[in-house]
Amino acid sequence: MEEMDQIYNEMIMEHSMSNKNRKPLEKATSCLLGHNPNCGDEIKLEILVKDGKIVDAAFSGHGCAISQSSTSIMIDTIKGKTVEEAKKIIEIYLKMIKREKLSSKEKSMLGDARAFENISNMPARVKCAVLSWHTMQDLLNK
Amino acid sequence: MKKLMGSYKMEKNFKNDFPIFKGKDIVYLDSAATSQKPACVLDAMRDFYKKSNANPYRGAYGLSVEATTVYNNARQSVADFLNAKESCEIIFTKNATESLNLIAYSYGLSYLKKGDEIVLTILEHHSNIVPWQKISKQTGAKLKYLYINKNFEIDEKEIEEKITKKTKVVCAVSVSNVTGTVNNIDKIIKKAHSVGAVAVVDISQSVAHSKFDVQKTNADFVAFSAHKMYGPLGIGVLYGKKELLEKMSPFLMGGDMIEYVYEQETTFAELPNKFEAGTQNVGGAVGLEAAIKYLNSIGFKEIEKHENELLSYAYKSLKKLPYVTIYSPEKNRSSVISFNIKNIHPHDVSTMLDMANICVRAGNHCAQPLTRFLGIDSTVRISFALYNDKSDVDKLILQIKNIYEKFKKYIEG
Repeated sequence: MEEMDQIYNEMIMEHSMSNKNRKPLEKATSCLLGHNPNCGDEIKLEILVKDGKIVDAAFSGHGCAISQSSTSIMIDTIKGKTVEEAKKIIEIYLKMIKREKLSSKEKSMLGDARAFENISNMPARVKCAVLSWHTMQDLLNK
Repeated sequence: MKKLMGSYKMEKNFKNDFPIFKGKDIVYLDSAATSQKPACVLDAMRDFYKKSNANPYRGAYGLSVEATTVYNNARQSVADFLNAKESCEIIFTKNATESLNLIAYSYGLSYLKKGDEIVLTILEHHSNIVPWQKISKQTGAKLKYLYINKNFEIDEKEIEEKITKKTKVVCAVSVSNVTGTVNNIDKIIKKAHSVGAVAVVDISQSVAHSKFDVQKTNADFVAFSAHKMYGPLGIGVLYGKKELLEKMSPFLMGGDMIEYVYEQETTFAELPNKFEAGTQNVGGAVGLEAAIKYLNSIGFKEIEKHENELLSYAYKSLKKLPYVTIYSPEKNRSSVISFNIKNIHPHDVSTMLDMANICVRAGNHCAQPLTRFLGIDSTVRISFALYNDKSDVDKLILQIKNIYEKFKKYIEG
């Protein structure tokens, strides 16, 4: 049960069920579909960028609690940031999942997304935790 | 209670036959993906490599002759297992997927044309769908599906109406690897033959659980993998009626499937070598033969009794949980149950069960057209084998209840 709490903690479960960031974004300036054919997870990301800043972001789609919550938390984390800041945060997140050491500044930049640190202990689920982050990276580099 | 314990003691503990369970406290409920291997299979393979290993058919020396004999004895054992008329009707392949590709390419490409129809059940695994899609695109033959009813079964009406004079090939799984539905194979084969079509039966999911007799069913082609029936990975079987295999062209080209090779032309070997290009997996064939011996030593009557009891116990136990939806028939089911827990994604359920050392599969089980037809993305699947017992089911149900207690507020929304 302890192991279960590490992965399926309150924040991850809340975010996986929350509709806060799960909505269509009418004024979106760009969007991209992320897909994991192995498990069928599908996540569409939409962002509204104005003067180099991510003013709004949202997602739709379906998948497991890990993929849904990591998407929702990612949106919370990068909203209001510049595109360049967001790219940096995504880089740090992916570094964390790869078990690379983070500086305390990097850790604070990740905020709530640090909840996924333990996913690196579960190779079978890493894909779920990085799907939307990779998709967002591609979207911002478009 | 006394009586219960008594009957429990009478039961043979099949788990002891499987070395993987020694010193490993796991509940393995994913035998539909691949079964565990009994010691007798591992020993037979090790003995082959220790004592008889050589390239079959190649050498005139004693050891190569021995390897050839061992290989063809295994072929005879498979023929006996399926009750094939002749051992040359048994072709060794890599797995069921290769067997099904062989049928699609060697039979489908030559004998299908525009206007013809290929009928598949919606319960098929991707391995019996995707090759036929390719053949359909190349020949212009149309793909049609037999759909399941609310009880996850194919109605007779569906078989009667969809298989028509245009049908040239009918493909059906004996048992679905997702729902566990037992298809009415006799009826499907009879209907296929009544319109002059050939029947292809994928018995991968049933081969370890119930007898399949190719003469009794009159199936034209049959495919399965050894690794789902206590045998090793990397070897599969294609059964084909001799008259069909003889008129088909080879599938893979190369060494040993030839008669004469000239610079521009080749004539091919007789059955079964015609369909077995390159050095064959003799060690695998030996393992498969040992697995057949293992199954025969227990007998399908005993196997069915043991597994059906477990399956019913699991079905009833799951049915009692109001937050669980089951995707398996009430009756006519075998070895597999699919289900979902309300508001918890199957992949999360699988991870949560893994945390209690319970191995289950989550996903679409290589049957996306089926899960799409059911209106779901994926399911949790439990599948049974000889080494499972009631305590495995009890541990599963207990952990599902734990998950419910922990995530009640999300499950009940």
